Amino acid sequence: MDEQYDVIVLGTGLTECVLSGLLSVEGKKVLHMDQNDYYGGASASLNLTQLFRKFRGEEKAPEALGRDRDWNVDLIPKFMMANGELVKILTHTNVTRYLEFKQISGSFVYRDGKVSKVPSTEKEALTSPLVGLFEKRRLKKFLEFIRNYKPEAPVESPDLDLPNVPMSQVYKYFGLEEGTQDFVGHALALYLNDDYLEQPAIQTHKRIMLYTTSMARYGKSPYIYPLYGLGELPQGFARLSAIHGGTYMLDKKIDEVVYDESGKFVGVRSGDETVHAKVVIGDPSYFTNKVKKVGRVIRAICLLRHPIPNTDDVDSVQIVIPQNQVKRKHDIYVACVSASHNVCASDYFLAIVSTIAETDNPQEEIRPGLELLGEIEEQFVYVSDMQTPVEDGTKDNVFISKTYDATSHFASVCDDVKDIYKRVTGEDLVLKQRPTQEEEQEAMANA
Amino acid sequence: MADVSDNTALSGSPSVPMKPVQVKLVLLGEAAVGKSSLVLRFVNNEFQENKEPTIGAAFLTQKTRVEDKIIKFEIWDTAGQERFHSLAPMYYRNAQAAIVVYDVTRAASLDKAKSWVKELQRQANPNIVIALAGNKVDLVSDEDDDLHPDELDGDEEANEDGDDMPITRQVPAEEARAYADESGLLFFETSAKLGHGVQEVFNEIARKIPIDQMLMPSRSGRAGMPGSNRIDLNNDGQGIGGRGGSCAC
Repeated sequence: MDEQYDVIVLGTGLTECVLSGLLSVEGKKVLHMDQNDYYGGASASLNLTQLFRKFRGEEKAPEALGRDRDWNVDLIPKFMMANGELVKILTHTNVTRYLEFKQISGSFVYRDGKVSKVPSTEKEALTSPLVGLFEKRRLKKFLEFIRNYKPEAPVESPDLDLPNVPMSQVYKYFGLEEGTQDFVGHALALYLNDDYLEQPAIQTHKRIMLYTTSMARYGKSPYIYPLYGLGELPQGFARLSAIHGGTYMLDKKIDEVVYDESGKFVGVRSGDETVHAKVVIGDPSYFTNKVKKVGRVIRAICLLRHPIPNTDDVDSVQIVIPQNQVKRKHDIYVACVSASHNVCASDYFLAIVSTIAETDNPQEEIRPGLELLGEIEEQFVYVSDMQTPVEDGTKDNVFISKTYDATSHFASVCDDVKDIYKRVTGEDLVLKQRPTQEEEQEAMANA
Repeated sequence: MADVSDNTALSGSPSVPMKPVQVKLVLLGEAAVGKSSLVLRFVNNEFQENKEPTIGAAFLTQKTRVEDKIIKFEIWDTAGQERFHSLAPMYYRNAQAAIVVYDVTRAASLDKAKSWVKELQRQANPNIVIALAGNKVDLVSDEDDDLHPDELDGDEEANEDGDDMPITRQVPAEEARAYADESGLLFFETSAKLGHGVQEVFNEIARKIPIDQMLMPSRSGRAGMPGSNRIDLNNDGQGIGGRGGSCAC
């Protein structure tokens, strides 16, 4: 182990594994370690034994839940946008070949005590019970405008100069009611709070387009999900790294991050051994003195024996509870997957209710979400700090990722990956299409 | 991404195009027992002395014929992740076959092989076909009398812990076979270097794979799962309907 590496990566969360994979492909010598004996860090999917060990200590999983291997319980609730950045990274690196994906079957939003399908096209808007008769026309016009908007083309009103007007002005132009604004901003643009209303409307446009183009790709919802759980994603990128020479050590105690007199990173000590590298990348849990707390997220992992009520009995769903609907400042999300995603034993459903905590009693805050679930068989609730690095790493060569936030998909994770990549290498991340397996094999045969 | 559902490579009767049945096969075993060398022998019919630890290939594919069917092996190498016990569970997910390799000149490598077999039986698809392969029989001259002694000491990596010690067999074939029989494994002794027994391992696995079950309409290339809603990210258009075993990538 006493060797020199280009990069040491600490923690096998998705952010770290994507970076490890990308850097290994570029020929960097990478050592990747994790204190846990499983892949995925905070973005892991746990089997029953691991799940109970994490949340219940000595308590063993009930026999009735069945075999360990049938369970892959996500710690964080996120879905992939079918047209999102993570899909691009997956296809360009060919990590898709290790994974299989399924659609999430429904996208729902909570309004006035009821959950309804999110209308994302003009046609759906016209039939949605969410909007009143006159509002339907206005919403249709709004969605039409969004779909046809071209930044370079002239707009019919200064109110629609999206880069330069706040979103509230655009809503006003179309005369959208507050309830409609709620679901456009929170269920389509997936904003967690209402700060976006006073920010340039172009950002909201971009997010609605991501939603609608993702929706258009496979049809049932904008979301896709890897079979066997989100934990497959870091594993896939770890494999990419390994086949390009990355060295993997799980269950490795990290005793000390070593710095020189000027405070620059030198290496990592585990027991009597110290490995050296030019830079280190890691998640906040390895650098508690170099991160700050920026908030708290509460997540309740719930085991159900039935689909979530009032969602057409689908096998998987996302429900957004916009903040205003429950008098909060942040939305509550419910994300549900089931045995058809190979994440739990047959006839079970896994739902995670989550939100950004605003009070000292976050358990109470997620109640509107829990109430949508019907009877809950088992529940694992945890509150975790959202952490972000204090410095950008240029001084000490320590590059720390952010904790996984409360957003519903991976856009912020991809942003963090690109940001760290640029800080580490000094260059923008440019995704090049990697050779396919067939091309690789041919090249090998001809070598 | 290449579409691999072509039928040209091993075409049978031209009137009935055959779609290869895709089988995920994983290699397991201690470092330096010759896992990659076995595959290189099988896929490219070649051998590299002092091969570096595996790097670069995600997996190799090779078609093989069983009676009137073609099996396309998608062979996964450990990519070195076994070295520090850090093989991801994803690795053996849905594997329909596994070759667990040990080195006949190192008894400890059989113990390691046994622990991999246990791991597979605990974690992998219950119907997985497992073969145990005792590799490097070219290094032990006593039973391979027809080999010229000069050819026998080429493999330096096996020498690493024993300087000038003569290389001797540490695992008798009977012992390994008895273990394999008891655990329901196929058993072979192989030499990736000379090509001895390699083709046989893959052929026998191909014969043992429950192909007919896999060809059932509901099958999606992955055992035991419903096939609906499956999508292929590399297919921009009609993703719905799944990959159905037509794409290896």
